[in-house]
Amino acid sequence: MSHAMLILIIAVCALATFATRVLPFVALSRHAEHPLILHLGRYLPPAVMLILVLYALRHFRPLAEGSLNGGENGLPLLLASVTVAMLHLWRRNALLSIIGGTGLYMAMIQLGWFMPG
Amino acid sequence: MKFLSNASNHSCSYIMSDYQANRNPLVSLRVSDWRNAMLQTVPVMFGYLPLGAAFGILFMQLGHPWWGSLLMSLFIYAGAGQFLAVTLLANHAGLVEIAVATFMLNSRHLFYGLSLLKRFQGAGWRKPYLIFALTDETYSLLTSQQRMNLERHDHAAAWRISVLNHLWWVLGTLAGALAGATLEFDSRGIEFALTALFIVLTLEQARRLREALPFLVALIVGVGAIVLLPDRHLLLGAIAATSLVLFAHYLWIDRGQEGKA
Repeated sequence: MSHAMLILIIAVCALATFATRVLPFVALSRHAEHPLILHLGRYLPPAVMLILVLYALRHFRPLAEGSLNGGENGLPLLLASVTVAMLHLWRRNALLSIIGGTGLYMAMIQLGWFMPG
Repeated sequence: MKFLSNASNHSCSYIMSDYQANRNPLVSLRVSDWRNAMLQTVPVMFGYLPLGAAFGILFMQLGHPWWGSLLMSLFIYAGAGQFLAVTLLANHAGLVEIAVATFMLNSRHLFYGLSLLKRFQGAGWRKPYLIFALTDETYSLLTSQQRMNLERHDHAAAWRISVLNHLWWVLGTLAGALAGATLEFDSRGIEFALTALFIVLTLEQARRLREALPFLVALIVGVGAIVLLPDRHLLLGAIAATSLVLFAHYLWIDRGQEGKA
């Protein structure tokens, strides 16, 4: 592939991505105070946050494919997530919760704890 | 968030000591602002450095020049979007196909903008960049950030978070592209930091809002989407459906108020 073609493709991807981010601001900038926009501004972020959690945990599929735990890293994902939530409810220190949960997850993945096979 | 309030206490003491040392307080304020933003973006850093590195390594393995990955991370700046672009490149997809696929994959960002229209008002010269740099993780941090009293400071703080997240992504990409597969540190599993970040931010949102509605909607729609939709449409499908349900909820409230009046 020529360098010019590579640059052209990158430019197309950059424009397509930017379009998804800028369109609401271009199309709806006059309606920022509209009650519907305020309604979405209030409820959409928390809903999206929980959806991102569910999306990140989608490999934990209890009872998928006839086994207790369909995804290879399903159980470590669940255990680490519960650890993050409990740490956060206990101490409410975001860094502690994130580092604690991530450290536990890395240990489980690298040492093969709670993983099938 | 506790570490945020710790950080701001910290910065206050810095300003105080600098006053006592008779130095320029504006300079120290700026340094502590960046320190605050740095602390807030640490979880994103844990996620973006390894993910960016993974992208850089993949990009090099397909035989492209290293600066291509740098350009992508600088100007596309979308995790899943860039992995998709690499896949399409390898399959010699056409330009139109690449444009449509990228737009579809990232179209969940349309809904992010909806909820930030008011927030970004008056952001001035920072606004184009704030919009450009609106990734899932930056959106999460910005919508969870504690509002400050002055609007202008709010936009500056949002800008610092956006710039730092972008920096982590670019640095990760460079590390992956330049060091290749020879990374010594066993970083398997570190990408869980992003999942942990989303969990923490969900708990913080719940604490702030104290209403079950958006979480119930997200739970039902999210689980439904995981069961029903193929992986590549999952995130967009769930976010679009949630927006529709919230829209319907708005119409329902609106009608209820008209009925009373």
